[in-house]
Amino acid sequence: MKTAVDIAEAVRTGERTAAEVVEEHLGEIERREPEIHAFNLVLADQARQAAADVDRRVAAGESVGRLAGVPLALKDNLCTRGLPTTCSSKILDGWCPPYDATVVERLRVAGAVFVGKTNLDEFAMGSSTENSAFGPTLNPLDTSRVPGGSSGGSAAAVAAGFSPLALGSDTGGSIRQPAAFCGVVGVKPTYGAVSRYGLIAFASSLDQIGPFSATVADSALLLEVIAGHDPLDSTSIPQPAPSLMEAVEAGVDGLRIGLIRELLEGIDPDVAARVREAADVLSAAGAKVEEVSVAATIYGLSAYYLIAPAEASSNLSRYDGVRYGLRADASDITAMYEQTRAAGFGPEVKRRIMLGTYALSAGYYDAYYGQAQRVRTLITRDFDAAYEHFDALLSPTAPTTAFAFGAKTENPLAMYLSDVCTIPSNLAGHPAMSVPFGTGDDGMPVGVQVLAPALGETVMFRVAGALEAAATAATVMA
Amino acid sequence: MSPDAAGRWEVVIGLEVHCELRTETKLFCGCRNAFGEEPNTNVCPVCLGLPGSLPVLNRQSVEYAMRIGEALHCDIRPSIFHRKNYFYPDMPKDYQVSQYDEPINSDGWLELPNGKRIGVTRAHMEEDTGKSTHMGGGGRIGDATHSLVDYNRAGVPLVEIVSEPEIGSAEEARAYVSELRAILVATGASDGKMEEGSLRVDANVSVRPRGSTALGTRCEIKNMNSLRSLGRAVEYETGRQIDLLESGDRVVQETRHWNEDEGRTSSMRSKEEADDYRYFPEPDLVPLAPDDQWRKAVRDSLAPMPSDRRRALASAAHTEPAAVALLVEQDLDGLVLAAIGAGADPRIALNRAANEVAADPDGAARLSAESFARVVTLEATGKLTATQSKQVLAAMLAGESDDPEAIAEDRGFEAMDTSALQAVVDQVIEANPGPWQRFLDGDPKVSGLFIGQVMKKTQGQADGKAVTRILQERRDG
Repeated sequence: MKTAVDIAEAVRTGERTAAEVVEEHLGEIERREPEIHAFNLVLADQARQAAADVDRRVAAGESVGRLAGVPLALKDNLCTRGLPTTCSSKILDGWCPPYDATVVERLRVAGAVFVGKTNLDEFAMGSSTENSAFGPTLNPLDTSRVPGGSSGGSAAAVAAGFSPLALGSDTGGSIRQPAAFCGVVGVKPTYGAVSRYGLIAFASSLDQIGPFSATVADSALLLEVIAGHDPLDSTSIPQPAPSLMEAVEAGVDGLRIGLIRELLEGIDPDVAARVREAADVLSAAGAKVEEVSVAATIYGLSAYYLIAPAEASSNLSRYDGVRYGLRADASDITAMYEQTRAAGFGPEVKRRIMLGTYALSAGYYDAYYGQAQRVRTLITRDFDAAYEHFDALLSPTAPTTAFAFGAKTENPLAMYLSDVCTIPSNLAGHPAMSVPFGTGDDGMPVGVQVLAPALGETVMFRVAGALEAAATAATVMA
Repeated sequence: MSPDAAGRWEVVIGLEVHCELRTETKLFCGCRNAFGEEPNTNVCPVCLGLPGSLPVLNRQSVEYAMRIGEALHCDIRPSIFHRKNYFYPDMPKDYQVSQYDEPINSDGWLELPNGKRIGVTRAHMEEDTGKSTHMGGGGRIGDATHSLVDYNRAGVPLVEIVSEPEIGSAEEARAYVSELRAILVATGASDGKMEEGSLRVDANVSVRPRGSTALGTRCEIKNMNSLRSLGRAVEYETGRQIDLLESGDRVVQETRHWNEDEGRTSSMRSKEEADDYRYFPEPDLVPLAPDDQWRKAVRDSLAPMPSDRRRALASAAHTEPAAVALLVEQDLDGLVLAAIGAGADPRIALNRAANEVAADPDGAARLSAESFARVVTLEATGKLTATQSKQVLAAMLAGESDDPEAIAEDRGFEAMDTSALQAVVDQVIEANPGPWQRFLDGDPKVSGLFIGQVMKKTQGQADGKAVTRILQERRDG
């Protein structure tokens, strides 16, 4: 009885108290967090207080929200009023936002109990959490391996049982890849489905907040709570949150599902084998599965590493020491800027700021940023063409299972390749999610990625639900 | 610079005018847009650029920008916002959200009172920065000991109006800004206050050999806080550039700072040092595409522009638009038009409005067109002399009454009857035989002497025109 759906039901009906639930999870955190380091900040007192509030409301017969008493971990790039929000960067040292992100506000209203702020690659730039200024998070399934990134802390928190739910942000795969590495479900919704207000920006046109959970149904529940129009985000889609819970068990009978040919190339053979098996079980469940070419996806990585750094170079300009966070003591304004940013940002963040600044420079804009935007249009067009024949698409979430610490830190390009399968959905603004499906030769979990067209969350959750059912059945049989 | 040198060169000026929009709230957040309040009180996460905050476009500011576009005869097109990236402490995000290659308004024009049209390249929307005060040193950031920043102004909506390089003198530059200010005020988009920084003008100045069509190297002049300093700065800069070229030097493209006290411009930064702003489309905002219905509503809601008002008054008063420019600027054209409509003599109505009414703006506000028409008509029909008419009008402006006949009666003003006046004229002729002979010999200038004498004897009650008529009768009779 560890799922969010079950906990919320038990708390609502008074079968369990939120206080019991939160103590259970805080106990788990106390036991394993010193080793795992999923959190930048554990909110034990606040969590107990929030749980007590929920219990009081239940006792008083007041209505409680859909996530009443459910422990939840927030990625530490989501603004929380009065609580440090660091982006795992020294540059935000000491800063407490004076406001809550829209998702945080919606979760409070829904009765969720925040247990902590989770570790990430600095400003969400990375695929392993090794770029955190506060040290890496360890993969709870094998502590010699990375949990993935950038939302590694959130993935690890769910995998370790610290909380049944967590929120992450996904710019190029930062929810889906760590979900795959940690053997949990991770969802990147359609761009604009979830408000970005209060999400500290990495690359604004790609960033999207989404759920982590152990089960597909829990992610559906969480997404229903956080999605829906927000007037504070101009890119928020003006329509209500979708209904997803029924989709999880709706099955895939009659769905047309395409296996993306380009994203099976250059993938570890054991991972590719799991994806083909996933295709087979969907086929057995009544879907029509075929291979399909989405040719432009192979250019996704190159386009992403121009667009994302370009936007980041601008988004991260404001960390200048003038108003908040770290400030170096220097004799004049230019020296203060330079010394603050030199001391406050880690090497990967600096690398991307330089890349992005270069890509936007006069004389280079057309060749780099402009060209990347054209590729982005091509990718969307190729996806659209595929969705004329298919309801959803399938690929690996990542080319490998969780790798060892240090394996890719010396070679940024190898690290970047970790996101090759996930980036195209961000560029197109489409939803995609990772569902655990078996393990690789190393015994580590493999994630299968389900992709859908814009606002195609319902069909995506149908496919994910079917994959989960098959994977669970296989585990039970084994 | 010698007069000869000035004759050999001509100046070409393009102006960039930043206009703060008088919206209730800022461009991207709900903070109040107000001038002169306690520093850093009208601020929030959005206009402070706090991490995680996002902009939401203010509809009123778009409406005002469209009004400006309509008033300047621009094409109003679908547009997008860009980020202009550079570091400065009073800019909270270290980028400014502005419009770049797809502005909301483009390709318009503005008509000066003299009828010349100046092209308007574009009028785009952007956010204002905060305001820095550099303490210690000379008031610039380089030599300051510390700086104070007020972010109340950060995020205030601006429209930047860029003219074509078609302005040919300092005087014309002033006329352009004066006309533009009147237009902006007429649209309701701006309060037009240069002294509060609601309107800020930068001038691109270059000179070229007279008659040449190529443009010379330009300098951008900043920090002109009034029409007067704009005129002075452009004059100074024109002279500086001509002197350079006359002595065989060249003009360096740069930004120059106008120093009002010293009356000269000095170099701020050269083009080589200029920032690369790394413009790119603002991903936090969506494209702006006002529909036809909205555009039509904006068009229909616009008050008449100064050039239309000048034309209307000039036509009604049988004169040239330039001759009534001041009246329109003083907002007295409505009064005069209504008086003419009520049958008043146009020439007298223009005269009384331009002099007596314009001199008393408070009184003008309560003067009804109908009473104004009546006093003008009393004068035109000779029932009151010009002097009497002015006194009656003054009493009306002072709020004594809005009934000119009653005031005239109260003062005992009656146009003198002809026989009484004839008697006075005859007395004056008798007392001045010499001048009378000259008048008879055909010297018209002497008539002034006679009129003056008659006025003196009648304490100004006589009608000058009637005196002239009697003098002519005596001469011809």
